[in-house]
Amino acid sequence: MIWRFGLFDSTFAPLATTHWALLVALVFPLLLGVLGALFPPKRAFPVALASLPVLASGVMLLSAFDQSGLLSWQWEIAGLILSLRLNGLSVLLLLTTQCIGVAAALYTPGYLRLSETGPLARWLWPLMGVVLSALSLIWLATDLLTLYIALELMGLAAVGMLMLSGKAPALLAGMRYLLLALVGSLTYLLGIALILGHWGRLDLQGLAKVIEPGPVAWFAAALIGAGLALKAALFPLHAWLTPVHENAWTPVSALHAGLVIKASLFMLLQLWSILLPDTFYAPRVIAWLGLLAIVWGGLLAWRTDSLKTLVASSTVAQLGYLMVAFPLLLGPDIAPLPRALAWEGFWLQLVGHAFAKAAMFMAAGNLILATGEHTLKGLAGTSRRLPLSLLVFGIASITLMGLPPSSGFTAKWMLLQAMIITQQWWAVAALLTGTLLTAAYVFRMFRYSFDETAPRHRYQPLAPGMDLIALTLALIAFALGLLAHFPLELMHGGSP
Amino acid sequence: MNAAWLPLTALATSLLVAVTIFALPEEARRLRTTINIGAAVVKIILVTLMVRRVAAGHEDIFSFQVIGGLDFVLRIDALGVMFAGLSSLLWLCTTIYAIGYLEGSANRKRFFGFFSLCVASTIGIALADNLFTFLIFYEMLTLSTYPLVVHRGTEKALNAGRVYLRYTLSAGVVLLLGAVLLNNLTGDQSFSSEEGLGDYLNDHRGLLTLIFILLVSGLAVKAAMVPLHGWLPRAMVAPAPVSALLHAVAVVKAGAFGILRVVYDLYGIELSVELGVITGLAVAASITIIYGSLRAIAQQELKPLLAFSTVSQVSYVILGIGIFGPFGTVGALAHLLHQGLMKVTLFFCAGNYAEELGIHRIDEIDGAGKRMPLTSIAFTIGALGMIGLPPVAGFITKWYLGVGAIQAEMYWVVAVLVASSTLNAMYFLPILHRLWFRPGPSHGKGNWPHEQRLGRLETHGWLLWPMMFTALISLGAGLFAGLPYSPLDWAARVASGEYLP
Repeated sequence: MIWRFGLFDSTFAPLATTHWALLVALVFPLLLGVLGALFPPKRAFPVALASLPVLASGVMLLSAFDQSGLLSWQWEIAGLILSLRLNGLSVLLLLTTQCIGVAAALYTPGYLRLSETGPLARWLWPLMGVVLSALSLIWLATDLLTLYIALELMGLAAVGMLMLSGKAPALLAGMRYLLLALVGSLTYLLGIALILGHWGRLDLQGLAKVIEPGPVAWFAAALIGAGLALKAALFPLHAWLTPVHENAWTPVSALHAGLVIKASLFMLLQLWSILLPDTFYAPRVIAWLGLLAIVWGGLLAWRTDSLKTLVASSTVAQLGYLMVAFPLLLGPDIAPLPRALAWEGFWLQLVGHAFAKAAMFMAAGNLILATGEHTLKGLAGTSRRLPLSLLVFGIASITLMGLPPSSGFTAKWMLLQAMIITQQWWAVAALLTGTLLTAAYVFRMFRYSFDETAPRHRYQPLAPGMDLIALTLALIAFALGLLAHFPLELMHGGSP
Repeated sequence: MNAAWLPLTALATSLLVAVTIFALPEEARRLRTTINIGAAVVKIILVTLMVRRVAAGHEDIFSFQVIGGLDFVLRIDALGVMFAGLSSLLWLCTTIYAIGYLEGSANRKRFFGFFSLCVASTIGIALADNLFTFLIFYEMLTLSTYPLVVHRGTEKALNAGRVYLRYTLSAGVVLLLGAVLLNNLTGDQSFSSEEGLGDYLNDHRGLLTLIFILLVSGLAVKAAMVPLHGWLPRAMVAPAPVSALLHAVAVVKAGAFGILRVVYDLYGIELSVELGVITGLAVAASITIIYGSLRAIAQQELKPLLAFSTVSQVSYVILGIGIFGPFGTVGALAHLLHQGLMKVTLFFCAGNYAEELGIHRIDEIDGAGKRMPLTSIAFTIGALGMIGLPPVAGFITKWYLGVGAIQAEMYWVVAVLVASSTLNAMYFLPILHRLWFRPGPSHGKGNWPHEQRLGRLETHGWLLWPMMFTALISLGAGLFAGLPYSPLDWAARVASGEYLP
C-alpha cells in the first residue's frame, strides 16, 4: 500500500527544469494571488494570461514523471528532514487542482462584478492563491511537518474565503468552521507529537519502516483520523459544511467542496496506510459511517428547499462513496485485484467528483445570480430562460449520480467490482442506493425547472464565459468516464 | 477490411446534431430543420451501407479501452443493423412529423436536441457489442427521454416524468448490478462470441440464473412487461411525436432488443433453455399480452388505449424469444420492426385527430373517416395489422409465432395468440366502426371538439406525409415479405445465424 503513495526511493534525480516547474507550481498561485489583491482583475482575460505559467508547470511535471517515474526532493532544516515526492497520484491531483483552481479564478471576475460583494472582494485573490499553493504542497509533501503547515495554511485561508461575503450568517458559519478546523488541527497535532515523541522522526518513508502496530500507532491514528475527518466533513462530523456553503461566494464553494475537503481525506488515507496498514476494524468503521453518510446526505439533499444546501449536502453523500471503499484499501488480506480496482476507482471517483462538484456549484451560482432566488421553487421556468446553466447542472449531476458514461459511473463500476470480489454486499447496496438517492434529489430540482406554469421574472444576464467555464469542468468530469484510461495509467506506472 | 469509421459515424451523426441544435438559438428554425432532416437522411444512407456490408459478410468494429479489462465496443452485426435501420427510418419520419406538430410552440430547441440525443442512444444500443457499452447507451436513453416526457411542463407531465424516472432508474441500477456480476464471473463478454456462457454452467448455475433474472428484469421495465409497465400509460402526456418514438422504437424497443441480446448473444439460446429461464420468459410475456389487451379494452381515450396496446404488442417479441426454435425467433425479430412501423402509424394518426379535430376520446371519433380519409385509412391499416389480419405486417409475425409454437409443442402459446388477437379485435374494430360507419359531425351531427383547418389537404402536410409513408411501409412489409431485404428476410437471416452452426 505504501508504494502506491510513492513512498520509496526514486531512481532518477529531477532535472533542473523540473525544479523550476516545481517552484512555479508551488509558489506562483500565491504570488499571483497577492498580485490580484494589488490590482484586482476586472475581466477574465488577464487571469487567463496569468494562469498560463501555472498550467505549464503542471504539464511539465507530468512529462517529467512520464520520463523518469517517481521523483523526490529533500532538504534538511534545523535537524528536520523536509521532503517532497512526485508520483502518478500526486501528478493527477496536482493537475486536478490546477484545472479547478484556474477555472474558479476565471469565473471570479465576472461573478464579483455581477454580485454586490463589497470592499472585501479584493482579498479573495490572495486567499485563493494560498489555498491553491497549500493544496499543491499537500499532494507533494511526504513529511508530517510540511503536511501540517500546508493543512493549516489551507484551512485558515479557506475559512477566510468563506467569511468574505461579510453577511452575518456567513460570519457565524465561518466562525464555527474556524473553531472546528482549529480543533481538528489540534487533534492532528497531538497525533504528530505522539509520533515524534515515540519514533523520533517525521518523514513518512522512514516512519513506514519503523512503525509497528501497537497502542501508540493506534492512538496516533485515532487522533489524526479524528482531526482529519472533521476537516474533511466525513459523516458524522459534517454538520458545519452546509451552513458554510449556504452563504459563501460561488467560486469559493467550488474550490472548497471540490478540493479543500478532499485534501484532508487524501492525508487521512495516506497516514492510515502507514499507521494502520493491517487493522481490520478502523477502515470498517469508516465504511459503516460512509454507508450512513450516503443515506443521510442524500436525504438532506432531497428534503431541502435551498439550491445551495442541496449541492452542499450532496458532497456529504458523495464522500460516503469514498468512505465505503476504505476496507478495500486498508486492512489485512486484501487480494491484489480488488485492491487495485478499489484504488483506481477511489481516485477516479474523487477526481470526477471534484470536477463535477465545482461545475455544479458554478451552475447553481449562475442560476441563483440570474434569478435572484435561492430556493428550488424559484427555479420554476428556468429551463426556458437559462438552458445552458441547467445543462451544466445536468451534466455535472450525471457524474454525481454515477450514470454512464461519466467518470462517476466508471469509478462506481470499479468499486462495485472490487466489492463483489471481496463479497461486501452491504457496500454494494450502499453504492446502488446512493445512485437512486442522488437521482431523487437531482431530478427534484429539475422538476421545478421544467415547470412551465410559473410567472415570468426578469433575469439578470450573466457575464460571458461564466457558463462556459462551468460547462468545461462538467464536461471534463463527464469525459473522464470513457477516457478513464489516461488518469488511471498515471497511477499504474509507479511500483518500485 | 474493417471500416471502424462506419459505426462511429452512424453514432456521431445524431450526437453532433444534438450538440449543434443545442448551440443554435431558439429562433433558428429553418437551419435547425435543415440540419435535422439532412442528418436523418445521412443516417439512412449510412444504415443502408451497413446493411450492404453485413450482407457481404463484413464485420466492422470500433473499440477502445476504457479501463483494464473493459472496452467500449461498437460492432455492426445483422441484429444490430435491424434495430438501427428501424431507428433511423423512424427518426426521419418522426422528425418531419414533429416539425409540423410543434409548429409555433415553445422550447423546440430543447425538444429537438434531446430528440436527437434519444436517437443517438438507440443507435448506440443497436451497435453496442458488450454489456458495458450497451449499458452506457441504455442509461443515456433514460436521461434523454426525460425532458421529452415532461416537455409540456404541466403538473401532469411532471408527475409522469417522475414516475418514468422511478421505474427506469431503478431498473438501471438492477441492470448495472447484473452487468457487474456477470463481468466478474466471465470477464468482458462480447455479444459476438460464439461460445456463449455454456462453460460456466456446471459451476455457477445459480449465479447465472440470478444474473439472468437481474438483467432481464432491468430490461423488462423499459419493455413495459407486466407488472413493470406502470410508467408507460402515464408517459402518454408527452406530445404525439414523443409517444410515437417512445412506443415504436426508442424506449420499449430498447428493452425488448436488450432481452434479445441477452438471450441470443450473451447467454446463447441453448444455455437459456438449459437454465429453464426461457419458459419463464414466455409465461411472463403471455401474461403481459393478455393483461395489456384487457386494459386496452377498458380505455376511453385514444392514446392510453394505444399505450396498453403497446404493452401487449411488445411482449410478442418476448414471446417469440420464449419459443425455442427458428420460427419463434423469426417472429420475434420481425415483430420488432413490424410493431414499430404499425405503432408509429397509429400514433401519428392519433396525433392528427387531436391536432386537426381536437379528438382525444374514442366516442368523439364518429364519422371522422369522411372528414380525414387518408388519416383514417392509415389508422385502419395500422389497426388491422395489430389485430394480425393479412396482408398487413402484423399477420406475418403472428403466423410465424404460431408455427413456431406448434413446432416447439407449446400449444398454450397458440391459445394465447388466438385470445390476444380476439382481444385486439375487440378494442380496435369498434374504433374502425365508429370511424367509417357512424354518422358524426361531418354528416351534420354535432361538432368536432376543437376543429382547426391546418392545411390544404385534410391536415398539415408535415403531419400527413410521414403517416402515409409509415402506413404504406407497414402494408408493404406484409405484402412483400418474401422479397430480399424485407424485415422478414432479414429476421430469417439473423435467426439462421443463431440456430445454424
